[in-house]
Amino acid sequence: MPDTPRSLTTPISNETIHTLHVGDSVLLNGTIVTGRDAAHKWLYDYFIAKTITPSLQDNSIYEVLVSLLKGSILYHCGPVVSGVDTGDYHFVSAGPTTSMREEPYQGEIMRHFDLKGVIGKGGMGEKTLAACVDTPAVYFHAVGGAAALIARSVEEVLGVYKLEFGIPEAMWVIQVREFPVVVTMDASGRSLHKEVEQRSQNILQKLI
Amino acid sequence: MQDLNPHIQELIRLTSTSLPAGIENRLRSAAEQEADGSAARGAMGSILENIIIARETSTPICQDTGTPIFFVHYPAGFSTNVLGDTIRSAVIEATHKMYLRPNAVDSLTDQNSGDNQGDKYYPMIYFTEVDADSLTIDLLLKGGGCENVGRQYSLPDARLNAGRDLEGVRKAALDAVHRAQGRGCSPGYLGIAIGGDRGTSYLASKEVFLENPDDHHPHPKIAALEERITSEANRLGIGPMGFGGKTTILGTRITTLHRLPASYFVSVSYMCWAYRHHRLVIIGEKVRYA
Repeated sequence: MPDTPRSLTTPISNETIHTLHVGDSVLLNGTIVTGRDAAHKWLYDYFIAKTITPSLQDNSIYEVLVSLLKGSILYHCGPVVSGVDTGDYHFVSAGPTTSMREEPYQGEIMRHFDLKGVIGKGGMGEKTLAACVDTPAVYFHAVGGAAALIARSVEEVLGVYKLEFGIPEAMWVIQVREFPVVVTMDASGRSLHKEVEQRSQNILQKLI
Repeated sequence: MQDLNPHIQELIRLTSTSLPAGIENRLRSAAEQEADGSAARGAMGSILENIIIARETSTPICQDTGTPIFFVHYPAGFSTNVLGDTIRSAVIEATHKMYLRPNAVDSLTDQNSGDNQGDKYYPMIYFTEVDADSLTIDLLLKGGGCENVGRQYSLPDARLNAGRDLEGVRKAALDAVHRAQGRGCSPGYLGIAIGGDRGTSYLASKEVFLENPDDHHPHPKIAALEERITSEANRLGIGPMGFGGKTTILGTRITTLHRLPASYFVSVSYMCWAYRHHRLVIIGEKVRYA
């Protein structure tokens, strides 16, 4: 476990992704996009599974997201935002939400948009791990609940899409600086969450 | 009687932006247990730094400001309708001031109401009339991540080999901690209710979070079980954020309820490390926050 975190800036290259390993501390910089439950379902239903036909407006948002997300990172976060009345947005409190709820969609979204990572908490499952290997990409774990601290890493809110989902569920385009994360799933197919789960399972069996 | 609205707003601000002292102390000792340079130690460092920033800048500790759960103990003569309206209007104003995130979503239309007003269950307000001079309002802000990892067991449970006794309760509690992994934002705190029906059992498992986290159950057998569950849960090695480490659970409190002969529920509520609880006590013109 290195004591000094590595600094990375989006867009991130495939070569860089292959040098990231489980346990690495990273400080993220650059433009990233937030998205959680409603955003994942919307992206998946309208543009990947295509079970619903998008409106012209949805299509134009999609085009913007294609270029924003390529080589970048999707952050599982439903922030507290100030300036909603004026449009002069600032992130007040912005920690990660539980990622596992996006497991049905994440892998395909990762491949479709060529994401280089997602940031969240609690880790994800086998489908996402397989997509980390294929895409390639990694899972960055932020500290759950450390929302006032993380909001300080958000330098600027560059824009927002799908605000009709509500403030927590909207897709916020943000500029971050030194956003602290730890790699817990990497492109070699290693998952810290799987390892801790199995180890704790063995101990549980002895305790009960 | 004075206008309660500003005091309830202050209670909301205090609860959203600061932790009870007992929990903060436990987090400080937990941080020291983790190995230098480990991901667990790093996570604990961020947690402690975050607590200070949130308190000093008066911003929500966590962006998920949770379900506002109010427990009101009022002396005779108060109108619960008036108290309820005052609490609801304070919640709206606290949301505008960004001490609360708009968190009430219509399950049918998916529309967020924008001001934390929902149906009769949102915000949650429980009223109890007491034989006392003081009006006490406890507020618990319980985030969705830890609420999602709560579990209810109906004993006996063949899979866990858990019978209808305290040994069965211990097995159920450890299973709940294992299944939560780091997803409840560990290190967390367990509230456990034994008995009741499904609804009262879950409610009682949350009500223990209003008590002093350093206290124990008066019955020595239950107090010993609280200690044992905490220590065995920590042997699982899940650690802060599920990164692996020494502290997964900061403490455990257990309560018991009468049950039907046919039922034996064990409800495990998981409170994340951002254990947000504060209390407002009003006696006449005197106002105190705890």
